[in-house]
Amino acid sequence: MAGTAQQAGVAPATIEVRGLTKEYRRGIPVLRDISVVFPDHGITAVIGPSGTGKSTLIRCINRLVEPTSGQVLFHGADMTRLSGRALREHRRRIGMVFQEYNLVERLTVMENVLSGRLGYLSPWQAFLRNYPPQDIAMAWELLDTVGLTPFANQRADALSGGQRQRVGIARAVMQHPDILLADEPTSSLDPKTSVEIMELLAKITASRHIPVIVNIHNVPLARRFANHVIGMAGGSVVYAGSPEGLTDDHLKQIYGGEDWLE
Amino acid sequence: MTAATGILRHEWQRYTRGERLARYALYFGVVLACVVSLRTVEIIPEFLYDAPEQVVDLLQRMWPIEWRYYPKGVHEALIETLHIATLGTLLAIVMAVPLGVLAAHNLTPNTGLNYFAKLMLVSSRSVNSLVWALLFVAIFGPGALAGTMAIAFRSIGFVGKLFGEALEDAQPGPIEALRSCGAPWLSVFIKGYWPQVEPAFWGIALFRWDISVRESAVLGLVGAGGIGMAIDSAMNLFQWERVALMLVVIFVVVLVAEVAVTAIRKRII
Amino acid sequence: MSEVAQARPPAFPSNWPARLAWLALIAYSFYAASILDVTWERFVTGIDNGIRFVGRMVPPDTDAAKLQLLAQGLYESIEIAIIASALGIVLSLPIGLLAARNLMPAWVTWPMRLFITLCRSFHQVIIAIVFVKAVGFGALAGILALTVASIGFTGKLFAEAIEEISLKQVEAIRATGAPFASVIAYGVLPQVLTRFVGFATYQVDSNLRNSTMVGMVGAGGIGGTMFAAFQRFDYDFLLTILLAIIAVIMISEALQNQIKKLYQ
Repeated sequence: MAGTAQQAGVAPATIEVRGLTKEYRRGIPVLRDISVVFPDHGITAVIGPSGTGKSTLIRCINRLVEPTSGQVLFHGADMTRLSGRALREHRRRIGMVFQEYNLVERLTVMENVLSGRLGYLSPWQAFLRNYPPQDIAMAWELLDTVGLTPFANQRADALSGGQRQRVGIARAVMQHPDILLADEPTSSLDPKTSVEIMELLAKITASRHIPVIVNIHNVPLARRFANHVIGMAGGSVVYAGSPEGLTDDHLKQIYGGEDWLE
Repeated sequence: MTAATGILRHEWQRYTRGERLARYALYFGVVLACVVSLRTVEIIPEFLYDAPEQVVDLLQRMWPIEWRYYPKGVHEALIETLHIATLGTLLAIVMAVPLGVLAAHNLTPNTGLNYFAKLMLVSSRSVNSLVWALLFVAIFGPGALAGTMAIAFRSIGFVGKLFGEALEDAQPGPIEALRSCGAPWLSVFIKGYWPQVEPAFWGIALFRWDISVRESAVLGLVGAGGIGMAIDSAMNLFQWERVALMLVVIFVVVLVAEVAVTAIRKRII
Repeated sequence: MSEVAQARPPAFPSNWPARLAWLALIAYSFYAASILDVTWERFVTGIDNGIRFVGRMVPPDTDAAKLQLLAQGLYESIEIAIIASALGIVLSLPIGLLAARNLMPAWVTWPMRLFITLCRSFHQVIIAIVFVKAVGFGALAGILALTVASIGFTGKLFAEAIEEISLKQVEAIRATGAPFASVIAYGVLPQVLTRFVGFATYQVDSNLRNSTMVGMVGAGGIGGTMFAAFQRFDYDFLLTILLAIIAVIMISEALQNQIKKLYQ
């Protein structure tokens, strides 16, 4: 069922998507006229099979992908209309975690974490590594939170996948974001590490009151950690509600077929 | 490409008809070019037969090598050559980096600017360093300044092209991450692109320096400073033992430069 | 909170070797500039001169007689480049093979590698001067000089390419009982052919650029015409020559890209 989700108990949202459509090639829409209001607390999991537009949806929010039409409302402003400085000012309030971690491999862990502040500093400060002391203090604090303090001065490519993802999360939180996006953060990780990363995200959302929108294809993981689930199929939203309400019928509609259901 | 259709085929061909025709055309064209060239180029047969005798005669005149001439006539010129090569390469790097950035289409989406930058780089490479030296001798007068500028302008194309290619090979993931933080373009370059291309950059710079050392040695032949001028005067006076000395010195310097460059590359990369 | 902050290591450990190296580079630039008498005044006068110079070069000379001279010289340079490339490439095939340490015994590879290094060490112009002395002015000296330079470059790259091949394929062909030539043709060459075509096209391009230059010392081609124009202060003809050379090189580059695509 497409359309705005008005569930009891969901407070007014910080991100709202209206009539969002994306066609990578003309006439073949990946996102079909999506309208969703994302909740402003807790973890929202977006689930659906590969190619259904989950990643596109997330990337349209901070305009790493340009929507073909529609609006993305954040802080009252329409992201699709912004450019230049205004776009950057809005982007820096949205943190993002990537499937391939996207760290700068030759830089140290500390430098990677601090690069989350680049939206708030001038290039000159970045070049001189002239970060304000409160940023450095927060970086140390975040490294403690993600448990990577001893690795602070090691090169990012010396770390394991799970450790790199934690650096990625620390970098995103460094932005003091209003909302955190995560594009398949656990898809490149083993099951145990995946759970650790999701637990970290849950800890952050609870302690810092930052809502998280996670793109995930692992349904049990989604059920376990999400406060709110959005299911997509064929480029449209077919479910928006709590994880408990997600029945097998819904899952069949989203993913098709029964074999993979336990 | 030939497709299996169920009938037994008794022939097998490596290339399609179109490919074979193209290759034959190429071979034919190459042979034709050679034949035409050989027939029209002017080679006086007597000179050809005379050649081995002349070469032996030249080598005899170069021996024994006049080592004693080194401190007075050669040393300073050699140092000047090295300075020309190094300063010229440094100047080239400063000018080539912005051009390389403009030529890389992932940093500069504007194709007009890409073409402009690539045009500049190709022009720099197409003109020989000796020709650049001639031009700069006309502009700045004979001496090391002309030589340095010649090396610089010749090297811009080399460094700029390779640097631009290294930038285009950079991983797009970290760049995406920094853009999503709201970082301005310059910060994305400093913290995203530069750390990735830094080893390649130094490799290119060292490689070019090595070639520049070779090229600086001959710029003096047109008056642009360095050991080339000493060679020129010695040749004009038919002092072949001195010429031999200078050739040996150049050989040693080039060898040392190569060894140095290989050692430094191992340390940085 | 402040005691905890003091207990932290610095966020950016100073990289002293790197900083010293940067400082050394900057200091060296100033030092070298002063030694070479690269002063600001000379530079400014030079820019002035430069503008006047460019003014004398533009517009390029298109006199018919001069254009014919240009065409002749260019034609000769192209011929020199073609013959030298053909000769050089044909010779570097066997030389490169003989210099490959994984195919040949040491007593064969050492002299070959020494020969290749010698060919490579000297600038083409210097080799050209020697050949001009040996065989007189004219295209022959240019051809020989560029052939030697080609062997030095292509021979080395070819030998390295052969040293990087997988010997298992060679072994497999040998095991079929094939004669040596067939082993080379079917086991070695297919692996290195694409790279060799790449080297060969690069060498043709390089020879084309260099053939314009060896003329300046008398080894034939447009270089001689260009040097003569320069000495006569015939700067607008000089510009015509330069533009023609650039055009020829650009055309050759485009052709080479097509050829490389053919062999991929």
